Amino acid sequence: MSLSSGTASFLAMLAIGLALLVGAPMVFDLFALLQVTVFVAMAVLALSQGFIWGYGGIMSFGQSAFFGLGGYTYAVVAMNAGDSTGAVLLAILLPTLFAALLGYFMFYGRISDAYVGVITLTVTIILFSVFNSTAGDAYTIGNAPLGGFNGMPAVPPLNIPGRPDLPLEPEQLWYASMGCLVLVYGLLRGILASRFGRVVVAIRENETRAQLLGYDTRLYKLLVFAIGGGIAGAAGCLFTNWGGFISPTVFSLATSAQVLIYVLVGGLGTLLGPILGAIAIQYLISLLGAQQVINANLVLGVILAAFVLLVPQGVVPVLRDALARLRPPSHPRAKPGNGLPDAAGVEAKP
Amino acid sequence: MMLQVQGLRAGYGRIPILAGASFSVAQGEFVGILGHNGMGKTTLLKALMGYLPATAGSVTLEGRDITRLSPTARARLGLGYVPQGRQIFGALTVRENLRMGCLLSKRPEAETIEAVLALFPRLHRLLDRAGGALSGGEQQLLALARCLCGDPRLVLLDEPTEGIQPSINEEIVETLLALRRSRDITILLVEQKLDFIAALAQRILIIQKGAITRETTPEAVQDPALIAEFVGMAA
Repeated sequence: MSLSSGTASFLAMLAIGLALLVGAPMVFDLFALLQVTVFVAMAVLALSQGFIWGYGGIMSFGQSAFFGLGGYTYAVVAMNAGDSTGAVLLAILLPTLFAALLGYFMFYGRISDAYVGVITLTVTIILFSVFNSTAGDAYTIGNAPLGGFNGMPAVPPLNIPGRPDLPLEPEQLWYASMGCLVLVYGLLRGILASRFGRVVVAIRENETRAQLLGYDTRLYKLLVFAIGGGIAGAAGCLFTNWGGFISPTVFSLATSAQVLIYVLVGGLGTLLGPILGAIAIQYLISLLGAQQVINANLVLGVILAAFVLLVPQGVVPVLRDALARLRPPSHPRAKPGNGLPDAAGVEAKP
Repeated sequence: MMLQVQGLRAGYGRIPILAGASFSVAQGEFVGILGHNGMGKTTLLKALMGYLPATAGSVTLEGRDITRLSPTARARLGLGYVPQGRQIFGALTVRENLRMGCLLSKRPEAETIEAVLALFPRLHRLLDRAGGALSGGEQQLLALARCLCGDPRLVLLDEPTEGIQPSINEEIVETLLALRRSRDITILLVEQKLDFIAALAQRILIIQKGAITRETTPEAVQDPALIAEFVGMAA
């Protein structure tokens, strides 16, 4: 039985993901494992941006808003409930609902693409200001003080579902984080391979054409945006667990910009690209953080400018094209990219 | 009556293009619209589809007033539109383009596509090819086929022969004639090629300065004087 190239590439990516899931704790020491755990959390965030921007064509500057909401929701619920099970679910559900509400006003209000970027950026800035202003006892939800600029320390870690007395060790947190990344990747591949995914890509190509065929494009964009919000919330939950801490900096402009850089560097219109972009940039940030000579944000800015000017498609599409040139010529099937998962886990050109 | 248009006015911003167009199309009719460039042919189709809001007048589809409905709602009522310039999804394959068109079909997707492909045999061997990799003529066939996948009751065709090689033009004529024989479908066709419109249309409406000013027969488009006066081109 032969597999289609899309299925084969998906199975290959799944195998690589599972191999990393199992193999990383055997290869890395505890410090390195903690480092790659946060890389993976940011990769989940990058996937949310890559999905809504690269496939849905929605230019959101606000993924950090959903990321932060997920993190804060987890912290507040876990500190009150003592058990992380409900906290995880709410950390995904609340950003999903918030994204759905915001998306409803944007897409059903016929806001143009440029203003979607402005609105999502504004929402992020508002949340940054709001959470920065929550110092003092007045801003305590149950047992959880929000802590203003200082944030919320000592957030309870994930535990075995229903067993608050069994918190996850760092190695187990790695399994949970990497498992989440594999799950989200698989989920998005499934969505993009479905009829829903085909319509989403078609809307990205030309919303008017899709409307002509009877599709309610507003609803599809709303659903894409809400799914992206939920995934960003899950990433926020993982991030909060990694450090046991969350502060309003998750809503900062730097975080918003960082997510865009992940996707631009890795490759817009792919799922693999944002993952690789997030890991590479996070690794670079951690290297730069260990020295005092060059400012890390300055380096990120230079990287962004260099990629926009020199490699605007991102690394993964460039590699894909290079590989395609090496192969013998065949039918131009889905080249220039059908926007749906294809060979080597590499998908569309936007 | 399939379509009834009464005093329709529309334009781009403050610039009026349609100045009270009125006409009707009966069920199963193939009607052509001829006119000089800039007289409002494409604007008329866009206004009928709902992309340009009507500033006055009314549009009725099978007795239902659709003047204020969105393009999506009109499509769901059975209005199909093949716009100028093909407008296929270049990044999707031919098969995926056809599947995109099946939303409004009440039949199973595979059955709908099979029935449409019977009218467009050329598309059979191209099913796995990216839409953007097709020639202009093949893209036009695909755009028409995709529109038919939604089982529309009335199809608005905007200059389907624009920039298309003659052999494909003949294929489009054959396909549309076969469609007229095999399906209960109505077509409103805007076209500049006189032989094309004469081969297909049962009635021809002349549009001048945003209004329908005359109705004629396909045979009459062979009259150079009439064509020079109302259409601005030689027969």
